Amino acid sequence: MTIRKLTLAIALVAGAVSALVPTASFAQAKEQFFPVLPYRSGAYAPNGVPWANGFVDYLKLINARDGGINGVKLTFEECDTAYATDRGVECYERLKGKASGAIFQPLSTGITFALTEKAPNDKNALITGGYGRSESSDGGVFKWNFPLMGTYWSGADILMQHITAKEGGNLKGKKIALVYHDSPYGKEPIILLQERAKMQGFDLSLLPVTAPGIEQKATWLQIRQNRPDYVLLWGWGVMNSAALKEAVATGYPREKMYGVWWSAGEPDVKDIGEAAKGYSGLVATGEGGAVIEDMKKFVHSKGQGTGPIEEVSSVLYNRGMVSAALGVEAVRRAQERFGKGKVMDGEQIRWGLENLAVDAKRLKALKLDSVMKPISTTCVDHEGSRSARVHTWDGKKWQYASDWIEADTSIIKPLVRQYADKYAAEKKLTRRDAKDCQT
Amino acid sequence: MFYRENGQFKTSYRADQQIFGITQDRVGVLLLIAFAFVGVPFLADEYMFRAILVPFLILSLAALGVNILVGYCGQISLGSGAFMAVGAYAAFNFFVRVDGMPVVLAILLGGVFSTLVGMFFGIPSLRVKGLYLAVATLAAQFFCDWAFLRIKWFTNDSASGTASVADLQVWGYAITTPLAKYLFCLSFLVVFGLLAKNLVRGAIGREWMAIRDMDVAAAVIGIRPMYAKLSAFAVSSFIVGVAGGLWAFVYLGSWEPAAFSVDRSFQLLFMVILGGMGSVMGSFFGAAFIVVLPIAINQFLPVLGHLLGFNVDTAALTHTEFIVFGALIVWFLIVEPHGLARLWSVGKQKMRIWPFPH
Repeated sequence: MTIRKLTLAIALVAGAVSALVPTASFAQAKEQFFPVLPYRSGAYAPNGVPWANGFVDYLKLINARDGGINGVKLTFEECDTAYATDRGVECYERLKGKASGAIFQPLSTGITFALTEKAPNDKNALITGGYGRSESSDGGVFKWNFPLMGTYWSGADILMQHITAKEGGNLKGKKIALVYHDSPYGKEPIILLQERAKMQGFDLSLLPVTAPGIEQKATWLQIRQNRPDYVLLWGWGVMNSAALKEAVATGYPREKMYGVWWSAGEPDVKDIGEAAKGYSGLVATGEGGAVIEDMKKFVHSKGQGTGPIEEVSSVLYNRGMVSAALGVEAVRRAQERFGKGKVMDGEQIRWGLENLAVDAKRLKALKLDSVMKPISTTCVDHEGSRSARVHTWDGKKWQYASDWIEADTSIIKPLVRQYADKYAAEKKLTRRDAKDCQT
Repeated sequence: MFYRENGQFKTSYRADQQIFGITQDRVGVLLLIAFAFVGVPFLADEYMFRAILVPFLILSLAALGVNILVGYCGQISLGSGAFMAVGAYAAFNFFVRVDGMPVVLAILLGGVFSTLVGMFFGIPSLRVKGLYLAVATLAAQFFCDWAFLRIKWFTNDSASGTASVADLQVWGYAITTPLAKYLFCLSFLVVFGLLAKNLVRGAIGREWMAIRDMDVAAAVIGIRPMYAKLSAFAVSSFIVGVAGGLWAFVYLGSWEPAAFSVDRSFQLLFMVILGGMGSVMGSFFGAAFIVVLPIAINQFLPVLGHLLGFNVDTAALTHTEFIVFGALIVWFLIVEPHGLARLWSVGKQKMRIWPFPH
């Protein structure tokens, strides 16, 4: 009896799935499809959710306010990756087939590494705004990767510039500790920091924290013993607030702690409140301004907001919004060359991403001037812009503590070149020539 | 009626010793293999290949390896993820450090290294068993997690600690298309599946089962526990290591130690328990259940929600997926504690006596 019921249930489910799945994946003309790979579940959800909400809200805004990109409506579908690489790969495979010209933004350096191997074959562009592999800013080797608005090397460089300035230009003999998420994400800045340590003569200690980063006692014991002059925090999700709590417990001054842009959002400090006062971090986006007003007017007041309205214009929300905007602008740029009001395919979008030219005037017209800096990419430079500000938590909200700082390309460029060449040699790739850049 | 061995007389030792003694089985398996090689390529689309079939094949292989150790020899292991990792990283090192190393050989050598590591961590099984052994093998898991995360040499000094391979070729054919990947994994699975099937019904498999059922009695009748247990660890880790190599090379392409975390070990163990301990077929059922079901739920729920007129948001979807999946596991374990393979054999029995069940 049970077996019969069971077989029946399985047959029913299988039948329903096979009958319904094809109908779910129709793609109409005049719609540009945006796959979304967020994580609204798992250990990193507190930080993943605002990012995803901002991302999706911006796509909704473009549809509601502008009627799409030159009349091409935007469609999107989410697939939850839970920050796990194998799930991310499955999501990628699932969503890439829905329509041509999909731009993937996985918001995970681990997933980025896996997709970097797959995207070129499928002709799907990868935008990894503020994450991903740093050497992929070299468009000569990484044709389909776009680490727009700064890589981790840029981020580490900006932080070190800020700290150097604070110390009056001399870091000789200083001790700097990097507390990092022990994953590809956390390991990314090490190369640049080592390079800078050699140049500036500071002493760099590397303190890995096993994912997801709740348990950090051993790490902070080392910090208590070594008393580094500065601690750089390369954490994500729960690891950030755990690190700050440990700093409080250890008595390490929060004023000496600097986080990367993924470690300096509201979810990281909110629960700690006053105790996190003085903690600083990078922020590559801005806040407020016309786009936020539009967001409230066209999306949230219509009841279309993905998340709570209080979250709008928070650090990670804006980051997600800007990430979506970069994708939208790439499509817009591609349309300028390949035909306005048309649906773009993968190659065309890649051209658009490679030829982004969003200057201050354009940003103003797009109402994005308050949240991002002008960005322009080329065939060789897939990063576009590499600047950020430092902001400090005052116990209630983030306050800017510096002006825009631009990463020092004289240090980063040779490194990018070196590691991109290494990648090309491993993968037996040849650099793109000038002709390939025209395509 | 459909499945009766009446009248099939074995007239030679050869015929008596073949892997599938019953004609229906033999024909069925041959048809299944032929279908997998010839039929499936026409039916499946790219998503099916890449996201479902390839992971299913590789994890079936891994589950098969774990089943030999856990199901046949009764040694509970929580280190399967670690042995997969050893296979993957050893294969990676052979592949990138030795010029002109063929992929197949690299993956097999990965399996060899996994065998060595597996046997080393199998040594405690000579003294401890049951849960205590599970904890001892857990040490393998944590040690390997640590080693591949922290020792840079293993990842070819890659800055981010990820290993990646590209440009896989077997005898001049590039393994880049989904179909090629599928066929590549399928070939491995068929070879190892038949080997395993053959092993477990031979002398060595019987020794494993004797050890599993009662090790003291087995020792009394002349089975060497050390030999039996370590050989089970060796064979199991070899297969698991090969599966690890495939998982890394073919499915992920670029991976980090998190791909082989303790979660993977649990996943493999669940596959074996759900599929059926001590059954080669059960490994496939278990892998299918664990790989396909979450994806099916994940895709099916929004459609269902759509039909009923409400939108399922992504977070709720993932959480529901976990709830439904967990509930199904519990339900299965209550209804059929011997795993899905038991359903299979019940089904065979019914076919045998149909249409006269009594």
